Amino acid sequence: MQLSEYLQLADALASDTRALLEGLDPVTRLDVVKGQLNALIEPRMNALQSELRAIEATDRRVAGTRFNMLKGDVQLLVEHFGERQRAVASIGPLWDPTMPARHGWRGTLHPVTLVIDEICDIFRELGFTVALGPEAETEWYNFGALNFPPDHPAMELHDTLYLGEDTLLRTHTSPVQVRTLQRSAPPIRVLAPGQVYRRDFFDATHAPAFMQVEGLAVDEGVSFADLKATLAEFARRFYGQSRRVRFGPSYFPFVEPGAQMDVEVDLNDGKGLRWVEILGCGMVHPNVLEAAGLDSERFTGWAFGMGPARIAMSRYGINDIRLLYDSDVRFLEQFAR
Amino acid sequence: MIVSHEWLKQFVPHTLSAEQIGELLSRHCVTLDGVERLGAELSPFVIAQVVEARRHPNSDHLWVTKVDDGSGTLLEVVCGAPNVVAGHKYPFARSGTVMPGGLTIEKRKIRGETSNGMLCSPRELGLGQEHDGIMALETDARPGTPLLDILPLADTRLDLDVLPNRPDLLSHRGVAREIAAITGVPATPLPRTDLVDIATTYVESSGREHATADGITVRIEDAGSCPAYLAIVIRGVSVGPSPEWLVKRLESIGQRSISNVVDATNYVLHALGQPVHAFDLATLAQSTIVVRPARDGESLITLDGVARALPQGTTVICDGEKPVALAGVMGGKASEVTDLTRDVLLEVAMFDPRFVRRVRRVVGLSTDASYRFERGVDVAALREVAAFGAALIAQLAGGSVGPLLSVGLPAVAGAPISLRVSRLARLLGAVVPVADIRQRLESLGCTVTVSGEVLSVVSPSWRHDLLFEVDLIEEVARLIGFDALPDTLRAGRPGSTADHPLHLAGRRVRDVLVGLGLSETRPMPFTSTGNVHTPRVRNPLAEDEPFLRASLLDTLARRAEYNLSRMQGNIRLFEIGNAFAASTGRLPREELRVAALVMGGRRPIHFTEPQPPSFDEWDAKSIAERLVSAAFPGAELTCEPSSLPVLWLLHVAGYGEVGRVERVALDRPVWSTEAFGVEICLGVLASEDVAPANAHAHASFGGPEASTVGSIRVAPLPVTPAAEFDLALLVPDGVTAGSVEGTLREAGGELLERVVLFDVFRGSGVAAGTRSLAWRLTFRHPERTLRDKEIEGRRAHLLDILDKELGIRPRAT
Repeated sequence: MQLSEYLQLADALASDTRALLEGLDPVTRLDVVKGQLNALIEPRMNALQSELRAIEATDRRVAGTRFNMLKGDVQLLVEHFGERQRAVASIGPLWDPTMPARHGWRGTLHPVTLVIDEICDIFRELGFTVALGPEAETEWYNFGALNFPPDHPAMELHDTLYLGEDTLLRTHTSPVQVRTLQRSAPPIRVLAPGQVYRRDFFDATHAPAFMQVEGLAVDEGVSFADLKATLAEFARRFYGQSRRVRFGPSYFPFVEPGAQMDVEVDLNDGKGLRWVEILGCGMVHPNVLEAAGLDSERFTGWAFGMGPARIAMSRYGINDIRLLYDSDVRFLEQFAR
Repeated sequence: MIVSHEWLKQFVPHTLSAEQIGELLSRHCVTLDGVERLGAELSPFVIAQVVEARRHPNSDHLWVTKVDDGSGTLLEVVCGAPNVVAGHKYPFARSGTVMPGGLTIEKRKIRGETSNGMLCSPRELGLGQEHDGIMALETDARPGTPLLDILPLADTRLDLDVLPNRPDLLSHRGVAREIAAITGVPATPLPRTDLVDIATTYVESSGREHATADGITVRIEDAGSCPAYLAIVIRGVSVGPSPEWLVKRLESIGQRSISNVVDATNYVLHALGQPVHAFDLATLAQSTIVVRPARDGESLITLDGVARALPQGTTVICDGEKPVALAGVMGGKASEVTDLTRDVLLEVAMFDPRFVRRVRRVVGLSTDASYRFERGVDVAALREVAAFGAALIAQLAGGSVGPLLSVGLPAVAGAPISLRVSRLARLLGAVVPVADIRQRLESLGCTVTVSGEVLSVVSPSWRHDLLFEVDLIEEVARLIGFDALPDTLRAGRPGSTADHPLHLAGRRVRDVLVGLGLSETRPMPFTSTGNVHTPRVRNPLAEDEPFLRASLLDTLARRAEYNLSRMQGNIRLFEIGNAFAASTGRLPREELRVAALVMGGRRPIHFTEPQPPSFDEWDAKSIAERLVSAAFPGAELTCEPSSLPVLWLLHVAGYGEVGRVERVALDRPVWSTEAFGVEICLGVLASEDVAPANAHAHASFGGPEASTVGSIRVAPLPVTPAAEFDLALLVPDGVTAGSVEGTLREAGGELLERVVLFDVFRGSGVAAGTRSLAWRLTFRHPERTLRDKEIEGRRAHLLDILDKELGIRPRAT
């Protein structure tokens, strides 16, 4: 046998011995430990000893030294195990390290809130602040100011819950765009998270009330290039730097051009990477800017809207949207961090 | 919108696969919902050759055949078809094959002879109704070749999610135009030769309000709902089954074949996007068509056999006497084309989208026709469609075409839209050459005139969505492809807005509650309880929960009951959400609130505390105090007494009554413990219209500043020892602990550092109507040690004051 091969065998035996002993629970009975050593380590030790004779005479000295070191190492490891065993025995039942700590209840945030927070945090880094608006709105703020043509099929994309003749529960957070544009002068960069309502039956995939996050950036010289760059940057921070992003055509009356952003993501369903629509977006329609009292020749802007519930569902493996509303403590408490 | 891959080829000579077309459309035009390969269920079938066929020994109608299915071994197959001939090829299902009907073909014995599979008839393959015999195949293909390789039915459906702005995409011609614009392959025009032939044979009559020719009259009495109505007549048709190609076309998009004339109208709709309707001319009284509003009491049995009352004002198509069709929605049963029909009147009209929508809503009937009329049809194409439709009917069912009657306004070209190259560059952040812009717009059918940096663009008659400059910019952008446009983060100015203070307050309170071990929830905000003043949804989905909630705690109580019914008794829930109340304004008053509900164990079980205490009112009070200090930093809270179930009302200086602590009334099982709740209003969400006067002032939401800065002042650390004594006092009911403590603080002077209530006792030795309250008082002089005598003096002084001011005496020890 070559010397190098012999030394490798010795190293392997030393590390195997260490792994064996460190892997044993310190309360293991001594005769069990001895039995394991005899069965697994001792035969290899004996083999190495007899192998010494097969080593070239010139190398035998080195090999012999290594063998003696190995014997010492194994002995040390066994002694160390004994020390651990004695330490555990002396701890006594009071400081049993496996007994539970005293905890208070752990509070949790709702999974949709976790997603909204993450979205808001990323956009905060990109210079956005949070705006809020009422959930009960007028038809003008919800549709009229947002360039929905009256009596147009576009309205049928929004099954609306009405409160009065011309008042309703907002069908999207976009009214906050209008209120913000009326209230504040550009440059504007706001995010509007909030609850919106649709006349949808409550089933596994639909809910009549759900959260939406809307974003708006308006200033002089804001372009589609900014929209693409900002939203793609968001997607990379949210989903991972290596994610691919693409933009395709879409239609919302209040933006033109209207687009949707898809991100190539793995939904952890065993189907691997695929394109998933994450948000709708576009350049704010000049009619919207004008309705809010801004000069659409001077100012341009972009907006987006996304549904954090859908993201939460795919991220956390929630297969029924009703779990998000039922408030079962056994569901909510799984979101402890 | 279902589109057939093969059918598209009729309008654009593309060589792209369905997947490639789907990808191009979804990148440039419309979202693709799916691609479905037709005939996929036929993929397991192969072509097999019958090598030998002999009579079944135990049957007079069965055959025993030897079949070559390309596998190398001849299979014995029993067959009942009269037309099985040795040497011919047939579709073959090997044993194990699943038939389109779901049946699995197994190897089995038929009257003593083994059958290893099945030779199939067209019906068994789902390829028609024919079942007289097995399907003989005229083919050179070798046995074993997949059947799909030689069948012409290989087609693929594209499912497009056409949004309301693009009704022009609701036809094969429309989608083909789009493919042409994207790829640069020119679209194929309709077969002109047919149209010319037809055009030479028919008489034409037109007018603004009516037209008459050949004894037939068309009149529009309601031009508002029907701007244009064309009728073309085809005489001498013979109604019968449609040819194979037409049946296949309709099947490819999931439509059923009815008869040659009806199929022709469906074909026109799906090919060109223009709904057309065929009347049996003989059923139309006085050979007349009148478009007018329905009169009181009129009704119509529609094609689907339903008798429908026609609300007054509904636009109807009538003959000389009565309604015969619901304009733009559905024809009438009495005038439908049947096997007996000889003369057909084909309606090609434009109905106003709003009128059609109203009819569709009132009648509750949505059809392929109403869907297209509601979104807008191409009025400039009506004449072409009429000629094409008539020609198609004549081709399929025979007969001669003419006359054409045309009533209403002729189509006029739209007004030109100015497109500035500089504006496009500013909006897209990309410079696109004028020639490129022009070419893209022309590929869509626009007429473009360039004058310097301004393009004057007339959009095609089928594009109702191209109205403004920005619409044209979108067209250029999507044809280039959004992904091909630049994406650059540029230097930006910081925004002029601050975070909404209620958002910040919400975040602060929720951090407190999570820290206290509560779980956030987001329940449905509707409720079943309310009165006439409660804001409510006029068209609720669930009639039992029409109200907007006035209280979050009410919602949490229902959620707690939900958990209790699932045997969960340790409940700690909170919510931050909106509560609604009636207001004098147009919109309800809306408050952002936080509510918390606790019940069950105050802590989890630990071996040092096997039975942790349950939550009680003092925990709830603690939560309330923590919430108030997080919501209104630095503001002072006082609790006011109330009547049960409310324990205390919460008053905050400067804000008034902000909330309450209560024993929550809920339906709970005997094993559970009492529930306690807190609800606090964080603020009102302004919902009045933003006044123009305020426009463009910088963000200001009113109300006290919610700043935590400055509310904390650090006291110097003590350098002298403290002195303490306890006071146990007999306090009559009606005197609050707070008032006693207030007196102690006031009378204790500057040196009194701390007052802590440490014991409450009622019972033996304490008179009824009285309780014993014990406080520990800590005194400290900032510069020196207090002497015992001084302490004693203070005790005597305090007892004296308490006796004089409140009539309170110490408890005898």
